Amino acid sequence: MKSILSALQKNFDAQPQEYQGLHSVILEAEHLMACSIALKETHGFEMLNGLSAVDYWPETEPRFHVVYQFLSITKNLRLEVRVPLVGNTPSIDSLTEVYASANWFERELWDMFGIKARNHPDLRRILMPADWEGHPLRKDYPLDYEEVQFSFNFEEIDQRKPRPSE
Amino acid sequence: MSLQQVELTTEDLRHLVSQEALDGDTIMLNMGPQHPSTHGVLRLLLELDGETVVNCIPDIGFLHTGIEKTIESKSYEKSEVMTDRLDYLNTMGNNLAYCLAIEKLVDLDVPERAQAIRVIFAELQRIASHLVWLGTHAIDLAAMSVFLYCFRERERILDLMEMASGQRMMTTYFRPGGVWRDLPEEFEPTLRGFLADFPARIDQYEDLLTKNPIFIDRTKDIGLISQQQAFDYAITGPTLRATGLAHDIRKSQPYSGYENYDFDIPTRDAGDCYARYEVRMQEFRESLKIITQAMDNLPGGSFRSNNRKFVPPPRAELGESMEAVIHHFKLWTEGFPAPKASVYMPVESPRGELGVLLEGDGGPKPYRCYWRTPSFVNLQALPMMSKGHFVADLVAIIGSIDIVLGDADR
Amino acid sequence: MGLEQKLGDMGIVTTTLDKMVNWGRTGAMWPLGFGLACCAIEMMSAQASNYDLSRFGMELMRPSPRQSDLMIVAGRVSRKMAPILRRLYDQMPDPKWVLSMGDCASCGGVFNNYAIVQGVDEIVPVDVYVAGCPPRPEALIHGIMTLHEKVKGETLRDWA
Repeated sequence: MKSILSALQKNFDAQPQEYQGLHSVILEAEHLMACSIALKETHGFEMLNGLSAVDYWPETEPRFHVVYQFLSITKNLRLEVRVPLVGNTPSIDSLTEVYASANWFERELWDMFGIKARNHPDLRRILMPADWEGHPLRKDYPLDYEEVQFSFNFEEIDQRKPRPSE
Repeated sequence: MSLQQVELTTEDLRHLVSQEALDGDTIMLNMGPQHPSTHGVLRLLLELDGETVVNCIPDIGFLHTGIEKTIESKSYEKSEVMTDRLDYLNTMGNNLAYCLAIEKLVDLDVPERAQAIRVIFAELQRIASHLVWLGTHAIDLAAMSVFLYCFRERERILDLMEMASGQRMMTTYFRPGGVWRDLPEEFEPTLRGFLADFPARIDQYEDLLTKNPIFIDRTKDIGLISQQQAFDYAITGPTLRATGLAHDIRKSQPYSGYENYDFDIPTRDAGDCYARYEVRMQEFRESLKIITQAMDNLPGGSFRSNNRKFVPPPRAELGESMEAVIHHFKLWTEGFPAPKASVYMPVESPRGELGVLLEGDGGPKPYRCYWRTPSFVNLQALPMMSKGHFVADLVAIIGSIDIVLGDADR
Repeated sequence: MGLEQKLGDMGIVTTTLDKMVNWGRTGAMWPLGFGLACCAIEMMSAQASNYDLSRFGMELMRPSPRQSDLMIVAGRVSRKMAPILRRLYDQMPDPKWVLSMGDCASCGGVFNNYAIVQGVDEIVPVDVYVAGCPPRPEALIHGIMTLHEKVKGETLRDWA
């Protein structure tokens, strides 16, 4: 593992971190494509196992960290790659050419966070309805918590609640 | 919001359908969200040439519950309730993944008795989930008695869960630090009775299906996937083991004491529906082995950690000690804080690799909880697996990948 | 249904006809298998060996809404699924009843957020609510029997 981390640090300027035995590297967005090709072909990480993002609003520098989980079955190693992104409508390179499983992961990233994947063959919403506005997992999107109906506010909530006409 | 369904125009979806569909040579058929054989609310847009599937476009999201966002608004222990409802056939497995992630994040110890109890229930849950898989897969292929037999066995397992935790399905029995309460006395004789009867029942199911020529015709050479394709699509679980690779997280990165138990990983080479069926049937027997070993060697001791910074004290202590009252108050109103770090914890669910990415921010609520769910990832390979097969075979393929839409949609 | 128009109100004879028609309706009420999430598994358990629903006449879950009388909404209804639920309800022929099974269908359940409809009675009129997360098969059977009691109290004019 150490040799892989030092190779990544040398070639792509990746900052390694470790917590409780779990290894992760922080990588800049422009090196992402080259790094993932290197991970697949040179270092034997056959699977892109997970892809998601963390939103650090209201900080905007960086606002998002896109987290990639790579798994090597032959070597039994896991590596997490974090890519910090700046700004409110960022975009990132699509890894569908390198790993086929990135297709739906990146669609979910677009749906939930609004992070576009450039060169993605089919970028549309996957979990929310097609006409939904907003990206739910961002921190500035509200939970849309419905107020609980107690006896003191029973009638006023009842009036606001939609009911079927028939 | 209005209930009008917004129709997507042809332009939006043109890149998905082939030119033949637009010319009228092939039909576009909607296998809608409400369908008896799609195992939940999965919508498939099929492009058919007669009865053969040319392309199949899955449309998921009909069960999207916003669980990840709701977890961010509750404290760590209180949001464990949400985790049961993700993959609702593997409820204890989801709880296990979440508790292991919390324990890794805050570095909490788990006593050995709790680890053994967790293994027993995780394997019982695996058997229960495979029973539902077998029942519904068989009933899709028109073998109705298998469905009734499987649910009869499942009732016995649900009785065991109810005995330990009070609830049949959504138990939330595993808590950070251990389990909620100790096993009652009548648990062990009932479990031993179940373990004595079950192997004969597995033989009964195999009698009905394994050499059945209709079953073999409907599942052999259907839904083929090669090992390289499985790597590309990040497929894990029995679907990967049926392509010949013995990869199981319980062996490669053991958790909760799995390294102490002796069991094999069943594999087959064919990569079709029949191979996946055989792998899961063999997994029944392996799970029984693990449960027997765990029950035979069940260590004594406490069932939950004693670290009062994270685990609420038992009610008896509250009358005696002031610190216990303070800990109780702090833990139940605010919750315990987690450091500003992130962990990724994979476990082996009956469907594949279930991973939790948990990130803390120093406060009592999880900052981000991402669930890498096996059904979401395995479903991506469905169009590739079903090209060139009949619509009836599509039903067999969906059944054999064993998807649960709560898992896929979160 | 043409029966009500032809008979009109014939006093005592209509009351006995009511009882007979309601007996027929409760004896073999075919459910639409609308299992969405976890409650669907408990509905399947209720259908299977230990808690048999066939003894109430519900031998098969009809997959098509055109052939069913009772819609058991079992599970959480997301915003994407809501129009489809309404369309299925509209496709069912009269007389039809809706049983909302579980907490998520009755009131939104554990999930009070953007993605789940807070109670299926925002979309379709519900006759019986069954509480539980998920409700035990016995609770579902109790809900079905409560619905039978309600149907026995109906008259033909309700569905005219």
